[in-house]
Amino acid sequence: MAQPRSLFEKIWDRHSITTNEAGQTLLFIDRHFCHELSFHAFNMLHGNNRTVRHPERTFAIPDHYTPTTGLNDSDYVDADTQALVQNLISNAERNKLNLFGLDDERRGIIHVVGPEQGITQPGTIIVCGDSHTSTHGALGALAFGIGASDVSHVLATQTLWQPKPKSMRITVTGRRSIGVTAKDVILAIIGHIGAAGGTGHVIEYAGPVIQEFSVDERLTVCNMSIEAGARAGMIAPDGTTYRYLKGRPFAPQGNDWDKAEQFWCTLPTDDAAEFDKEETLDAASIEPMVTWGTSPEDVLPVSSSIPDPSLETDSKRQDALSRKMDYMGLVPGQPISDIKVDRVFIGSCTNSRIEDLRDAASVLKDRTARIPAIIVPGSGLIRAQAEQEGLDKIFEAAGVEWRPAAGCSMCIGVNGDFVQNEERCASTSNRNFEGRQGRGARTHLVSPAMAAAAAVTGYFTDVRKMEKN
Amino acid sequence: MEPFTCFTSVAVPMDQDNIDTDQILPARHLMMPRDERYGGYVFKDLRLDQDGNEIGSFILNKEGFRPSRIIVASHNFGCGSSREGAVFTLVDAGFRAIIATRFGDIFYNNSFNNGLLPVVLPEETVALLRQQLHDGPGAEVTVDLEAQTVTAPDQSVYPFEIDAHRRNRLLKGLDAVGYTLQYEDDITTFEGRYIDVAPWELSAAQQ
Repeated sequence: MAQPRSLFEKIWDRHSITTNEAGQTLLFIDRHFCHELSFHAFNMLHGNNRTVRHPERTFAIPDHYTPTTGLNDSDYVDADTQALVQNLISNAERNKLNLFGLDDERRGIIHVVGPEQGITQPGTIIVCGDSHTSTHGALGALAFGIGASDVSHVLATQTLWQPKPKSMRITVTGRRSIGVTAKDVILAIIGHIGAAGGTGHVIEYAGPVIQEFSVDERLTVCNMSIEAGARAGMIAPDGTTYRYLKGRPFAPQGNDWDKAEQFWCTLPTDDAAEFDKEETLDAASIEPMVTWGTSPEDVLPVSSSIPDPSLETDSKRQDALSRKMDYMGLVPGQPISDIKVDRVFIGSCTNSRIEDLRDAASVLKDRTARIPAIIVPGSGLIRAQAEQEGLDKIFEAAGVEWRPAAGCSMCIGVNGDFVQNEERCASTSNRNFEGRQGRGARTHLVSPAMAAAAAVTGYFTDVRKMEKN
Repeated sequence: MEPFTCFTSVAVPMDQDNIDTDQILPARHLMMPRDERYGGYVFKDLRLDQDGNEIGSFILNKEGFRPSRIIVASHNFGCGSSREGAVFTLVDAGFRAIIATRFGDIFYNNSFNNGLLPVVLPEETVALLRQQLHDGPGAEVTVDLEAQTVTAPDQSVYPFEIDAHRRNRLLKGLDAVGYTLQYEDDITTFEGRYIDVAPWELSAAQQ
């Protein structure tokens, strides 16, 4: 009987080309995504007179710098960002990569498009020069972010040297209550294990709550693995995964599908497999969550109050809390529901999929937003589906701006969509770092439903307490 | 890439946990080509106010710490995004080694591709180093990669662990792709075998 292995170990072993004398493994990379900031990697590649080893395995999709108001010249914030987008397109054409260009309805945020197109598949190794590549693990892939030098290495060799990470399993037990979303679950996990709790580990999310999640929800969970320090997060493929993938353009077809499904069924973690670390969380204890500080680990249920630094005994911790409080413009002990919000952003690779938009629409229906809010779909196809379902009409009736062009937008704030200095934003994105959404921006991470509720009331409001419309 | 063997410099203590890549290099500066000098942008929003004036309370703006080329940080330095610009900016600003209790994984990897040495030491040791640096601004720290030791201002010596592959690459300043191409035969053999096992993987990607 073979040694019991985890999902992660099975994928790792299957892609191991060789191991060197220092114990690092040379891994074969199945899929690689590039965006505008991959320009460093192309420059390194071309500067060394190297070529792309497997162009068919790389997908180029502009998403970081593309405007969301439209894709005409006048929509770009400046000529430099437009040139950067064009540069990716030129590099894709020069190297004959798969390209989802500006006039392609499939274009959108890489971590939304990969799963949507069926490019992301169980058992594959996927990399991209973006830390939220962990998203793709939701379909049972091993997916992680890399820097520019490694992107160049993958382009040239289709491989990467990696030390074997440690493994960690997070089991979410019990039942989540109504109004608690996948975003609240992952925020609670990060609050529980900390922003470095997963460092050096690949996380597998397991347990009944995770199994009951749809693929969209699983993508939200795996997306934020990096905010717990883990480079990768993954969920075992199952019937939900196969139903999602079947018929998608890049998924296997016909006989290939049957063979693929047979193989995928061998991937889930063996019962006796051991993990370096195990954590358990009871979903019943999770409420709608709001981050209050400048690290995703600074998260609390919406019903609680901002911490009071003066109650801290450790002076270093006290200083850190005061600093966060200063930056965020918060008062110690202030109830979270008393925090006034200036602006709302619904979008990003964490929460811009159709289910997220439906969640937002169900709160916004027959209500009016009191504060400026924008909603940016994750891909052109999601935009089309949302409009077919009439969600855009609900958003418009609520006075919320429905942006026509997909992209990363206000999550990273480099395409012209950003949060002003000292402005407070309820955001469905993934990072509340200082300056993340713009210099001096005050970001609070929440679910799409909670963001929509904040748009309506102008405060952080427990969405479960809003009357059904 | 500049090889790293042994390096001594004034070191700066940074007490804050979770100094993320957005603080090291704000996202709005990510589009600069590599040939521009990234050094002027290091810790930009911590170091300079909106008018470009130095923020006096930031430690690298304080006398004694300005010549620092080693950072003694705290917990989870370089967490966040995969941007290699965060490493470019530190390297261009002259930094050669960062000491912390833990690093963001991607930042850690990126450092080795640019001749920057991230050193992991236990919390007590890192706290002790920071204290000595606070007590005597301008004090020096030595990071010796060959011996795998850090020498504190009080001359105490602390050993550190590092994986042999990364150590060798830094010691020699090796180009990663050049090294991997020595394994060309292994890669080709693997590819032949791999496609046989899983024919759908290539055909799907080629559509």
